[in-house]
Amino acid sequence: MSVAEPLDNYIDAVAAALALPIEPQWKPAVRANLEVSLRLARLVDEFPLPDEIEPASVFAA
Amino acid sequence: MSLQPDRDASSDWLSASQIAQAVAGRKLSALAATEAALARIAAHDGVLNSFTDIVAERARQRARAIDATLAGGENVGPLAGVPFAVKNLFDIAGLSTRAGSKINRDRPASLRDATLIERMEAAGAVLVGALNMGEYAYDFTGENVHDGPSRNPHDPTRMSGGSSGGSGSAVGGGLVPLALGSDTNGSIRVPSSFCGIFGLKPTYGRLSRARSFPFVASFDHLGPFARSVEDLALSYDAMQGPDAEDAACSARAIEPVTPLLALDIGGLRIALAGGYFEKNLFAEAREAVARVGTTLGVTRTVELPEVARARAAAYVITTTEGASLHLDRLRTRPNDFDPAVRDRLLAGAMIPAPLIDRAQKFRRWYRARVLELFNDIDVIIAPATPCVAPQLGQQTFMLDGVELPVRANIGIHTQPISFIGLPVVAAPIPLQPMPIGVQIIAAPWREDLALRVAFALERAGVALAPRPKGF
Repeated sequence: MSVAEPLDNYIDAVAAALALPIEPQWKPAVRANLEVSLRLARLVDEFPLPDEIEPASVFAA
Repeated sequence: MSLQPDRDASSDWLSASQIAQAVAGRKLSALAATEAALARIAAHDGVLNSFTDIVAERARQRARAIDATLAGGENVGPLAGVPFAVKNLFDIAGLSTRAGSKINRDRPASLRDATLIERMEAAGAVLVGALNMGEYAYDFTGENVHDGPSRNPHDPTRMSGGSSGGSGSAVGGGLVPLALGSDTNGSIRVPSSFCGIFGLKPTYGRLSRARSFPFVASFDHLGPFARSVEDLALSYDAMQGPDAEDAACSARAIEPVTPLLALDIGGLRIALAGGYFEKNLFAEAREAVARVGTTLGVTRTVELPEVARARAAAYVITTTEGASLHLDRLRTRPNDFDPAVRDRLLAGAMIPAPLIDRAQKFRRWYRARVLELFNDIDVIIAPATPCVAPQLGQQTFMLDGVELPVRANIGIHTQPISFIGLPVVAAPIPLQPMPIGVQIIAAPWREDLALRVAFALERAGVALAPRPKGF
C-alpha cells in the first residue's frame, strides 16, 4: 500500500458522503491540497488549549 | 482646469480630494472628470486588464445629475464628481455579480447596488465600472483563467496581486483615483503592496458588506484603495456607519478620521513586528520595513505569539468555509471553476470538523494574547508581502536557498492579522524598480492611528504611490 493510498481512500469516502464528483485526474491535486491543509490543521491541533476556551464566534441570542 | 473634458495628462492624475474640490468649486465638471476617467480606461486598460465592466452611461447620467445639483447651489458631498470602481464581487444594479467566476455570470442581474457603492455615491462619487479579481477571491496573484490576469502598472509582465487585482491595477495605473475591494486574508493589502498604492483593511465589522459576494464570512472585510492617505480617509469616512443588512456590521457610530490625519504622532508607541515577521523576507521587504522604522524612530520590536499557528488556523478556516459556501457549485458545475480553485475547495470540504472547531478556539486564544500587546503599543509595523510583484504565471521563488511556492507564500504576513480583524493600512514604499508595501497595524477600531502614521510617512516622503512609466 502506498503512502498516498489511505488519504486517497479517505478522499473517496468523503466525496461519496458529500456527493462531490471528483474526476480521477483531479485527485492528485485534491490530495496535495488536503495534505497541506491537514499539516496546517495539525499545527493548530497540537497547541494545548483549556477545555473552557470558547470558539472565536460566540452566539448571542 | 476647465468645464470641458480635459484629456491632458496633467489633469488625469488629480487625486480624489483635488477632483472633489475642483468639482465642488465649479472649476471642473463632474462630467469632465468622469469622461477623463473613461478616456484613461479606454487608453490603458488594454494593457492592464483591470476592468471587467464599464458602466459609462450610468456614470455620465450620475455626473450630469451632480453638475445640475451644484448648478442649483446645493452641496453634493465630500467626493463630488470623483470617479471610482469596485471589485466585481460588489453588486451593481443591472449587472450579474460574477465574483471573478464563470458560474456566477448566470446569476440574475442585481436589483440594487452594494451598500458601500450607495454610500460612495451619496457622498458625490461616480461609479464607472467593475474590476477584475481572482476567482471567488481565493487568490493572491490577480490572475484569472476566465478574464485573464489584471496586470501590474509598474511592469505589466508582473502580477497585480490578488484577489483584488483589478483594484490595485486600476488605481496604480491612475485609471481611477479610488477603488473598492475585499480582504479576507490579504486581498486588499497584497495588491496595494505589489501595485504601489495605499489600501485600508478596516476593523472586521466596520464597513458593511451588504450586497457583496462573500468568501469566508468571519474573515471578509471590504475597504478602499487610493493613491494618497487623504483619499483613503475621505472614502473610508464616506462609507462608515451601521447597516442592518450585514449581520457582522458594527452598530458603532461613524468615527471620522479625515480631521485627525495631521495630528502629531510623536506620542504614539510604535513597534516593529519581530520573530515570524522578520522571516521569509526578500531584501526589498526588509528594506521597506527598515525605512519606515528609521523614519518613525522606532526602537522597539514586539513579537506576536504563535503567529505560524495563527496563519495555519486562518488557512484551515478559509478553506473549509470556502468549501461550504461553494459546495453546491462543486457538485453541479465542477468543470466551470478555475481547476486550481476547485481542487483547493474540494480538499477544503474534507477537513474533519474537530480540526475546524479547534482552529476557531485557537483564534480566540490568539486574539486575546495579541490584544494584550496593545495595552502598551499603539501601532505595529510589519511587511505586507515577502517580495515585490512576481512575474505572471510564476510558480516558485527561491528564498534563502529554498524553493517555495509563490501562491502559498504571498499572504503569509497578512493572514495572521486579518485572522483577528485588526485594522491595517498598507502603505507603499517606492523602491526601484518595483514598489512594495508595509502594514501599519492598530488595535480594533483604531483605524485613525494607522492612518495617522501612514499620513506622517507620506508627508516625510517615505510612503508614496509612485506614478508608473507609460501611464
